[in-house]
Amino acid sequence: MTILNWLRGLFILVMVAIVLYPVLWVVSLAFSGGQSLALVSVPEGASFFEALRALLPLPQQWSLANFEGLLTEQPFGRWLLNSLIIAAATTIVGVLLACSAAYALSRFRFPGRERGLMLLLVSQMFPATLMLIPLYVIIVEWLQLGNTWLGLIAVYSITALPFCVWMLKGYFDSLPVDIEEAALMEGASPVAIFWRIALPLAKPAIAVTALFSFLTAWNEFILASIFMDEEALYTVPVGLRFFVSDFSAQWGYFAAGSVLVSLPVVILFLGLQRFLVSGLSAGAVKG
Amino acid sequence: MASISLKKIVKQYGQQAATIPGLDLEIRDGEFMVLVGPSGCGKSTTLRMIAGLESVSDGELRIGERLVNDVAAGERNIAMVFQSYALYPHMTVFENMAFGLRVRKTPDAKVREQVEATARALGLEPLLQRKPGELSGGQRQRVALGRALVRNPDVFLFDEPLSNLDAELRTQMRAEIARLHRTQGTTSVYVTHDQVEAMTLGDRIAIMNGGRLMQVGTPAELYSAPDNTFVAQFMGSPPMNIFSGQRDGTRLRTAFFEIELPTATAAALPTELQVGLRPECLSTTGTAATLNGRVEMIECLGHEGLAYLAAGDTQLRAKLAMEQLPQTGTDAVLRFNPADLYFFDTNGERIAATSVEPAGTALETAGA
Ligand SMILES: Nc1ncnc2c1ncn2[C@@H]1O[C@H](COP(=O)(O)OP(=O)(O)OP(=O)(O)O)[C@@H](O)[C@H]1O
Ligand SMILES: [Mg+2]
Repeated sequence: MTILNWLRGLFILVMVAIVLYPVLWVVSLAFSGGQSLALVSVPEGASFFEALRALLPLPQQWSLANFEGLLTEQPFGRWLLNSLIIAAATTIVGVLLACSAAYALSRFRFPGRERGLMLLLVSQMFPATLMLIPLYVIIVEWLQLGNTWLGLIAVYSITALPFCVWMLKGYFDSLPVDIEEAALMEGASPVAIFWRIALPLAKPAIAVTALFSFLTAWNEFILASIFMDEEALYTVPVGLRFFVSDFSAQWGYFAAGSVLVSLPVVILFLGLQRFLVSGLSAGAVKG
Repeated sequence: MASISLKKIVKQYGQQAATIPGLDLEIRDGEFMVLVGPSGCGKSTTLRMIAGLESVSDGELRIGERLVNDVAAGERNIAMVFQSYALYPHMTVFENMAFGLRVRKTPDAKVREQVEATARALGLEPLLQRKPGELSGGQRQRVALGRALVRNPDVFLFDEPLSNLDAELRTQMRAEIARLHRTQGTTSVYVTHDQVEAMTLGDRIAIMNGGRLMQVGTPAELYSAPDNTFVAQFMGSPPMNIFSGQRDGTRLRTAFFEIELPTATAAALPTELQVGLRPECLSTTGTAATLNGRVEMIECLGHEGLAYLAAGDTQLRAKLAMEQLPQTGTDAVLRFNPADLYFFDTNGERIAATSVEPAGTALETAGA
């Protein structure tokens, strides 16, 4: 019995190590102070154990130089700001649009409702790369929104919309109509019911869609790299890309940037955790 | 304060046959009207049309003098209590009750005053700062009632408001609703499955079946003068016994008994008919006529009991005092007053004014 428990513990440890190893590697790179992928320089003719040392994700010395460099020598702060603004605006615009669309689709019967819902699903069947050229033509050539925050915000909120609408509609469907009917009888307008009854009740689902929208915008690379060709307007993923190219291999900056870029996501997840659990499960049952 | 008038109200969902093919009902100002009927008969639909939550397909719906077919729910000044309570889960009890007033832009001081007065009347004061999730079922129902009361509406609508409560609480809330109606006198329409609720609360009761109105009347009228077998069996517990009978001249023959009818009565009856007799109108002593049947089962309910009698394929229930209950498996002779008989035609419609005159002794009786 105890042996079984030991084995089980060992198995879990191995699994955790496998999952954490790459993460630790990135963290170590970030704090190594250097730009080389190798954390430890293994001297010629080193013993087996010395060579093994090179596999451990531990830098030779700890240093914040990469972070300092990133924020002072490189325009990383600027990129972070771009990303934050674009992601935040995408979240707000996306969630607002998704909430109102989903509420209407859930509560009202109007011509084109079923078709509209189906269309939203169908739009999800095409891979994003297929949309690159049309989006480029529309946003950059027609609307002249290349190299602007607005262009990316528009594209991100719209691409995140179908998922968000379906997610929220499923949740609104699961809310009892009685509650809104009671408000209707008390003389509340549909708009008041939407803001004061439906939205507060849909908080868990809104948290999920907000997170989804935020991540869509925060992590997106291809569109951002096509739309933005001024270095000052890069988002973080695009900026990071240029640390490691044919011409340079600044792995230290890359790793430090990766660590910084994950922080907001981690914080968001922790902050929304309470809602996420109920939101995802509610969506799972109904949506 | 307002009367409600439904004239030839039709409700049609999609292409299917009309759920309510044409309903006429006048609810007087200040009246407590109860809607009863089997599940799916259209009670909720009717109530929701009055509320404005469901559109009226055809006909005229008036509240007071005003035609409200196309008036929005919020502008009818009606309050509704839902079976599910439908409280706003994210608001405190106070906010729940204040919501309707706030929507109408009532000044804050007045909102506070009105909510507190209503809360006091319903004993909700200690709960004002709680959320609905922190209340028991009975308390939630009380809050739902308070939310309806606080706006001082013209009409109250109730859709099975007590059906989620346990028996004791239900009795208590029933008394509360009756008291509120007595003191406020607001026109009320109340949907229920529960016969006792219907009988005790209703000034009048409207019995519906399949979207049609079977009969409207005071509880006493419905009990003593049902228009058809449906109403006869719906009111009263256990329901009225109904079995077929044949008239041969002035003799009435059923599976359980054969009696001589007065000529006037006999003349009004067809040869094939249905005969009704309430279980509580049977006893082992007293009145003149007798009926015979085999006792299939008895049920004790405390101070009284039910005897299930059979004669051929026909069954009958008798409600008897405990000491009068016969033995299972024996042949029992029970007595009844022929004046308690109801006559219906084969379609179930009451044959008007044909109950046998209460001159029991004049009747010659014979066991079947
Ligand atoms: N939205 C709808 N679409 C189609 N048919 C409906 C709709 N709502 C109700 N019905 C039908 O109308 C009929 C009456 O329904 P209603 O809810 O009024 O019954 P009820 O008398 O309140 O029953 P219960 O006692 O079970 O609550 C039912 O047969 C129901 O199937
Ligand atoms: Mg109903």
